Amino acid sequence: MLWTCIYLPSLALDGIIRRRPTEGPLVLVDGPVNARTIVSANETARAAGLHVGQRLSAAQALLSQFEVIPYDRDSVGRWHKFLAAVAYRYSSEVSLLPHAIVLEVSKSMGLFGPWPRLESMLRADFTDLGFRHRMAAAPTAHAAYVLTMVSDGQAVLSSGTLRNALQRVPIAKSRLPANAIAALPCMGIRTLGQVLALPRDGLRRRFGAELLASLDRLTGDLPSGLALYRPPDTFDLRIELLHEVENQSALIFPVRRMVDDLAAYLAGRDGGVQRFLLRLEHREGRFTDMPVGLLASERDGALLFEFARGRLEHLTLPEPVLALRLIARDLPAFVPAGRDLFDERPANALPIEQVRERLRARLGDGAVYRLGSTQDPRPERAQREATHDEVPIEPHPRPTWLLPRPIPLRGGNPIILAGPERLETGWWDGGEVCRDYYVIETSLGQEAWAFCAPDEQTGWMIHGWFA
Amino acid sequence: MNAVVPLSTLLDARQVWRGRAHEVSVGDQPTGWCALDAVLPAGGWPEASLSEILLPVDGVGELRLVLPTLARLTQGQRNVVIVSPPYAPCVAGWRQHGVDMRRVEFVDAGEKDVLWATEQCLRSGSCAAVLAWPHHADDRALRRLQVAAVTGQALAFVFRDRSHLSNASPAALRLELEAPPRPQIWVRKCRGGAVPAQAIPMPRSVH
Repeated sequence: MLWTCIYLPSLALDGIIRRRPTEGPLVLVDGPVNARTIVSANETARAAGLHVGQRLSAAQALLSQFEVIPYDRDSVGRWHKFLAAVAYRYSSEVSLLPHAIVLEVSKSMGLFGPWPRLESMLRADFTDLGFRHRMAAAPTAHAAYVLTMVSDGQAVLSSGTLRNALQRVPIAKSRLPANAIAALPCMGIRTLGQVLALPRDGLRRRFGAELLASLDRLTGDLPSGLALYRPPDTFDLRIELLHEVENQSALIFPVRRMVDDLAAYLAGRDGGVQRFLLRLEHREGRFTDMPVGLLASERDGALLFEFARGRLEHLTLPEPVLALRLIARDLPAFVPAGRDLFDERPANALPIEQVRERLRARLGDGAVYRLGSTQDPRPERAQREATHDEVPIEPHPRPTWLLPRPIPLRGGNPIILAGPERLETGWWDGGEVCRDYYVIETSLGQEAWAFCAPDEQTGWMIHGWFA
Repeated sequence: MNAVVPLSTLLDARQVWRGRAHEVSVGDQPTGWCALDAVLPAGGWPEASLSEILLPVDGVGELRLVLPTLARLTQGQRNVVIVSPPYAPCVAGWRQHGVDMRRVEFVDAGEKDVLWATEQCLRSGSCAAVLAWPHHADDRALRRLQVAAVTGQALAFVFRDRSHLSNASPAALRLELEAPPRPQIWVRKCRGGAVPAQAIPMPRSVH
């Protein structure tokens, strides 16, 4: 067993900064209205002397201009779960600990490579998403958790060296039960090594069984007993904008973030998305829905963003937007496009499906289509949008251009090149036609497909061109 | 002026420039029209390039000119894209020419988006041929299409009115169609070869 712990020290702050980068001082506050306390501060704010635990009134005395955002417990929980979904890509055993995610990676290393490689992949993922983190690996989940408290990047790969690594961890950072953390330093016991060396009987009598269980989970004598995380089957992400947004160009950045999050989630469950909905929320519960439908399931963040942006640019905002919500319920399996081993296409070639999506995103959903034949002999109904085509080939001459509606022939008498071909059909559905079709040459020399009333050869109507 | 200078020394010193600098290699994109293939320097359509087809009026055989090529490409499981055709294509007629309609994509683009859509398809590298009917295409727009055709290794066909003949064009091949009573094809420009002096007669469609 090898567990990795990813400790997220500033989940709430990162969740805000990543969707709205800011250079100025920024703090999160919590607590009753008359006694607001800083729970998180960014670097600029800390440099100015603000610190966690400080009263807001004290901070305002220190610094005149800084941004104050209320701490949102729900959003922290959401980000925590979201990051667990991202980590799920690397292991099926993912659990949540306070401000941290632990995952079992001994089996994952067969796929992703040895620990240093896996570590850099995990770090790259979390850094790209904009979350600061500390990481450690140890044979038990709780030991990995404790090691992230003292240093970043420590890896204890065998149980033999685990006790050694835990020796020097100070009691204050050991994550033991609170009563033990308060009492042990007063007894002159300052590191985990010293606790582990104490007789177990005495510890049980003084602190109860809970401390011993914690120590055993740390060393691996007891199983960790963590509930495993299961990723949800739908993706639903909502972010509140901090200002009212009136033009869509200001929505591009948050949408990009949301779509990237969707892509990270999809990669985690090895799936794709076929259809998702971007809901723009306005005042008083009104909203505008912008559905994005794809022809095939996709999961590449850049592609999904491109399709979303193409549709967003065509949207006119009826009123200012307060919040964005991305909902994806249709999450089919992702089937990567098969490529020929000896493919002669250029290296940067884009599959035809993606080209179609790109065109649809800008030109509209119905703008790209294929045509197929139907069984109906009437030219107006002989073809429709279809992807398959299994009707036998028509033996009579057919033009290559078809006019949307027949137009009368002007000019002198045409020369008949072929015909007539009588079409008498459609009496059953009200669209009855009875026509003689000819191939004619007009006075301008164009070859046309024209019809007239049966046996008349006058009143020509042109229905197509033999281009 | 008695000294006779051998021509080879002049050529070696690069003081004399020979007309046909690059020999165009014979490509494998036959037009399907033997008489036309015989006069074109590449033995067919110029590969990965823009071909411009100039028409006096719609429906004088412009599709007949390219349909053999489309039939060959689609039967070889290659994709063909048709951007904003002037009329609805008649499926039965196209199939009579051997085109596999399952491989033909139609794109309805507004006047402003025709060139954009054409360029996207050409550049993608997944389309063997792209046919477009742009309304307002200037010299620069056509050059973009030519570059996109090279990038995506695709055949680009642009159909325009004959009035554009007098304007210079970056297309590798320019053909002008003449309407009946004497239906024929004039080669107005072909990169890598001399423009043939004679027009090529175009047979009527077979009924």
